[in-house]
Amino acid sequence: MSAVAHREAATGGLWSRMSLGQKQVIWAWGFLAVPLVFYAVIRFWPTFQAFYLSVTDWTITRPASYVGLENYKRLFADPLFWEVFRNTFMYLILGTPISLLISFVVAYYLDRVRFMHSFIRALYFLPFLTTAAAMAWVWRWFYQPVPIGVINDILAGLGIPQQPFLRSTSQALPAVLAPAVWAGLGFQIIIFLAGLRAIPVTYYEAARIDGLSEGAILRKITIPLLKPTLVFLVVFSSIGFLRIFDQVYNINSNDPGGPLNSTKPLVLMIYQTAFSSYEMGYAAAQTVVLFMILLVISLVQLRLMRDR
Amino acid sequence: MRFRHLLASVALGFATLAASGAKAVEIEYWQYVFDTRVKAMNQLITKFQEANPDIKVKQTTFPYADYQTKVAAAILAGQGPDVVQLFYGWTDNFIAGKMIRPLRAEAFPAADIERDFFPIVSAMKRGNDYYGLPTAVRSLALFYNKKVFKEAGLDPNNPPKTLDELVAAAEKTTKRDGSGNIVSAGITLDMGGQDHQWWREVLVRQFGGVPYTDNDTKVAYNDEAGLKALTFYTDLQKKHKVGQAGFMDEGQAAFRAGLAAMTIDGTFRLGSFNTIKGFEWGVTELPANAQGVRSNYASYFANAITTKAEGEKLAAAEKFLAYISSPEAMKIWLEVVGELPARRTAALTPENIAHPVYGPFLKGLEYAHTTLFKDEAAQRQGAIDMVNRILIGGEDPKTSLAKAAEAEQAIIDRAKR
Repeated sequence: MSAVAHREAATGGLWSRMSLGQKQVIWAWGFLAVPLVFYAVIRFWPTFQAFYLSVTDWTITRPASYVGLENYKRLFADPLFWEVFRNTFMYLILGTPISLLISFVVAYYLDRVRFMHSFIRALYFLPFLTTAAAMAWVWRWFYQPVPIGVINDILAGLGIPQQPFLRSTSQALPAVLAPAVWAGLGFQIIIFLAGLRAIPVTYYEAARIDGLSEGAILRKITIPLLKPTLVFLVVFSSIGFLRIFDQVYNINSNDPGGPLNSTKPLVLMIYQTAFSSYEMGYAAAQTVVLFMILLVISLVQLRLMRDR
Repeated sequence: MRFRHLLASVALGFATLAASGAKAVEIEYWQYVFDTRVKAMNQLITKFQEANPDIKVKQTTFPYADYQTKVAAAILAGQGPDVVQLFYGWTDNFIAGKMIRPLRAEAFPAADIERDFFPIVSAMKRGNDYYGLPTAVRSLALFYNKKVFKEAGLDPNNPPKTLDELVAAAEKTTKRDGSGNIVSAGITLDMGGQDHQWWREVLVRQFGGVPYTDNDTKVAYNDEAGLKALTFYTDLQKKHKVGQAGFMDEGQAAFRAGLAAMTIDGTFRLGSFNTIKGFEWGVTELPANAQGVRSNYASYFANAITTKAEGEKLAAAEKFLAYISSPEAMKIWLEVVGELPARRTAALTPENIAHPVYGPFLKGLEYAHTTLFKDEAAQRQGAIDMVNRILIGGEDPKTSLAKAAEAEQAIIDRAKR
């Protein structure tokens, strides 16, 4: 790098008067500018555009005109929005702890398994690689009533009444969440395993020599030292569940987010407002609200990281 | 030597291309991807170009999911098609966005259109102007599984003609397991499919009401008739237990699998049902009510001329639109796509009426209604939710109906602004 700068220095005027350090800075920023400009154009510009659109009544076919906070007023007065808001947080509140608990338990024990360790790990990771749409379709058939639904067939075989699953306003959300949790497990297990491996073995040896029980080791050593991993996974999966869309959309594609909006997350509401009803202004207002929610979550994340 | 030949032929090719390019007007035609529709349109374009060597038509297609967005974006940017296919329900949107232009009365006289086409084309009329013409139309009919009918002791050549007969046939053909779960339905209940059209334009009318008034801008089904129609529909599951919403996921899937004796669906399903190997099926007109009143829902994709077409392109676009709305084009469309001709004379030939499959659909066209949707997906969702509130939430039909009417009126009012 500095050799290149040297050769360049022989040819230029202004360039030759610069110190090596200055040149390195210019080179560095030159390279950094490419992704930065790209990021600004494809991320920040549309974001500001969304803020602007959210105060207009643009509908694709009709030109936009300024309507002030009308879209936000309509949104907060819309009972559907609050239902969707509640669903979105239900995905988060149920999904994050359940998926983290399962993946931790699996990782904790998988860490001790030597027999076919990689194979089992690969099996857990497999669903993560599967397309969400394809998985949602398979699960959609699992949940069908008899005679084709596998789960209900088993229930009926055991003499238990069949369950409506996706056709129930109370069971549908957990039913949609289950494949989403399952699909995310592989990734979380891998991260947990890496976190567990990063804890120095000497701590465990010392604790065992001191006669600490396995439970105490878990509580006093493993979990505290896993905190950075845990924080990362909490934040990562929280954002994932807040943005859940493809599982919900595909598991019930004739009545997306149904029945009776009981599984509809905010992202799906935005999608339908924008690309089915073409109310772009209103959809932009919803997007801004989602953006705010994600922003708050991310700030909390930064805070937690600093506490470390 | 060979190389020189090659060079000469390439040069000749360029020369003819340039010559024809200088003379021919090129217009663009857009529709969504659907194998048989694209194939039929290619045939029509070839025939049209033979008859009009000075016009070239370029067909562009893309997936249905992006269709409306892309058309809107392209035309508003001054790009895109000269002749465009659109669902009749999008017309208001396309007009408001200044994307399509009214057909010139000199080229397409309203009196001729009204004489020759089925009355449902009036959904393309605003004021005195028509904004587009369909090649083909779709209507609904009752599909039934002849094998299941025979097994249940019903005459497979005598399908139900009235609503009462429909319920009776459904009761006979429903199969249940020991716990009372349906394992084969008498009739499919799928509001997300075509049932919402059946309910809106057929059942409501058969129970003495009208779904909308004032050019479909005022919801009118929140009355005694609407309630009776809704109760009839939900009773199929709640009282008669001959069907179950969500059974086999989709109504058409249940029918295809041979696990539903009857389903209500449209002409567009024929392609899919024609591939059924396991059993023989039949089609019959939608059942009448006790007084013999029948109704049907018809819909169509129309072709319109965009605001982008000007001057000689406009003239070419008009010629092309006239051709693809001609009886000849409709005949090809019926043969290739299986959709019904939009002109009476082309549709109601003795041969078509006697056709075991097209016949019932064609008869339905005579008394069909077409809903002027403002936001089809949202209005359909309203009907889905109305029935779900009763079947899942256990709500009283009257309350659910009132809620649905109010929500749909709000959608319509918002679209008017």
